[in-house]
Amino acid sequence: MEWDWHYTGDILPDLLDGLRVTVTATLLGYVIAVLLGLVWTLLRRTPSAVVNQTVRWVTEFIRSTPLLVQLFFLYYVLPTWGITLGPLTAGVIGLGLHYSTYTAEVYRGGIDDVPRGQWEAAVALNLPRSRTWLDVILPQAIRRVLPTLGNYLIAMFKDSPLLLGINVAELLNTAYTTGTHTLRFLEPITLVGVLFVLVSVVSSVLVRRLERRSHATD
Amino acid sequence: MSDVLDAYPQLLKGAWTTVQLTVYGSVLALVLALVFGLAGTARSAWVRAVGRVYVEFFRGMATLVLMYWFFYALPLVGFRFTPMAAAVLSLGLNIGAYGAEVVRGAVRAVPKEQYEATVALNFTPAQRMRRVILPQAVALMLPPFGNLVIELMKGSAVVSLITIGDLTFRAKQIQNATGETLWTYVAILLIYFVIAQALQSLVRLAERRVDRMLGRRAEATG
Repeated sequence: MEWDWHYTGDILPDLLDGLRVTVTATLLGYVIAVLLGLVWTLLRRTPSAVVNQTVRWVTEFIRSTPLLVQLFFLYYVLPTWGITLGPLTAGVIGLGLHYSTYTAEVYRGGIDDVPRGQWEAAVALNLPRSRTWLDVILPQAIRRVLPTLGNYLIAMFKDSPLLLGINVAELLNTAYTTGTHTLRFLEPITLVGVLFVLVSVVSSVLVRRLERRSHATD
Repeated sequence: MSDVLDAYPQLLKGAWTTVQLTVYGSVLALVLALVFGLAGTARSAWVRAVGRVYVEFFRGMATLVLMYWFFYALPLVGFRFTPMAAAVLSLGLNIGAYGAEVVRGAVRAVPKEQYEATVALNFTPAQRMRRVILPQAVALMLPPFGNLVIELMKGSAVVSLITIGDLTFRAKQIQNATGETLWTYVAILLIYFVIAQALQSLVRLAERRVDRMLGRRAEATG
């Protein structure tokens, strides 16, 4: 079987539609991951041992179980409780929830890295707790962890094909459907691979640049 | 709930397949990680480039895309894989790329004086690696390798999409047969969690062994 360039050109627009869904799901999921991760981290620093331990176990559980099964859970189990999510919604929530447990670790490391003197200075200045966090600790912590957070965006992008498991018409699903119609899988799936490597390599170059910049300003 | 409990032989079979995939995939990943990771530390720029290309390519690729490619696309050009082979290959190639970076980092983290000592002792490059550098690097590699094995185990759930009877695949079968959605997924999530915790303990055990072998005390590394 030879590579068919004509066919490749024909399917490209469909694949780009799929890529748009992939990118949308990844970005929306990322917003959830970045915000929810911060919530987990802050909850783990509350004085209540019950909250602390519960969050620890929940995040550990989410992190140690497969994303695909979590997606199935959201898509198939929630309707039995009367909560029906569309495929894309379930996918975005699943990606976000799963990766929030990773970003939580990243934030934790960043917050631990903020020098003790900064906390002491905030106490000395009599800053209220909320201002200590918002104006002193978080800005420094987040700046430190930006490159690592960026790496998780790439990781999420690479996990997005799993959404085909719950019928999201993302890139790989589009390629597969195209393939079943024409019985030519070689071109569509190879193209998906090429697109993935391209996007990942380009974005990891960008993240590395961000890393160098954040080291330079330290 | 009792329907799911009755299906325990199915769940066990699925869990066994998941464990097998994890073992085969990890062995392949480990071999690839050592080969390409050491290539990344080679003196020849060409060899280093080969290491880089492998790492960048397979880190950038999604496992599931790779699996689909092996399973659906390659047979059209005459390469046929069993589902299991396609699964193990794509899991191993992907995790191997992350592992190669771990190996490269660990080898480079061994103190320079150790290299100098091997030169002074007139070791061949092979002896240097086998007797001095690798044993010390292994201690540094273990914790990240442990995480990678757990990633591989979790990632293996996607093989259910190319009809391999792993844990996730069995869950779908049980769900179809019994109509019991909630408990089926709760059951397999728990099994995955237990497997992950077991792997974690194995890695901790290995870390302690290696530390003792190198004459380090566990407290000293903490």
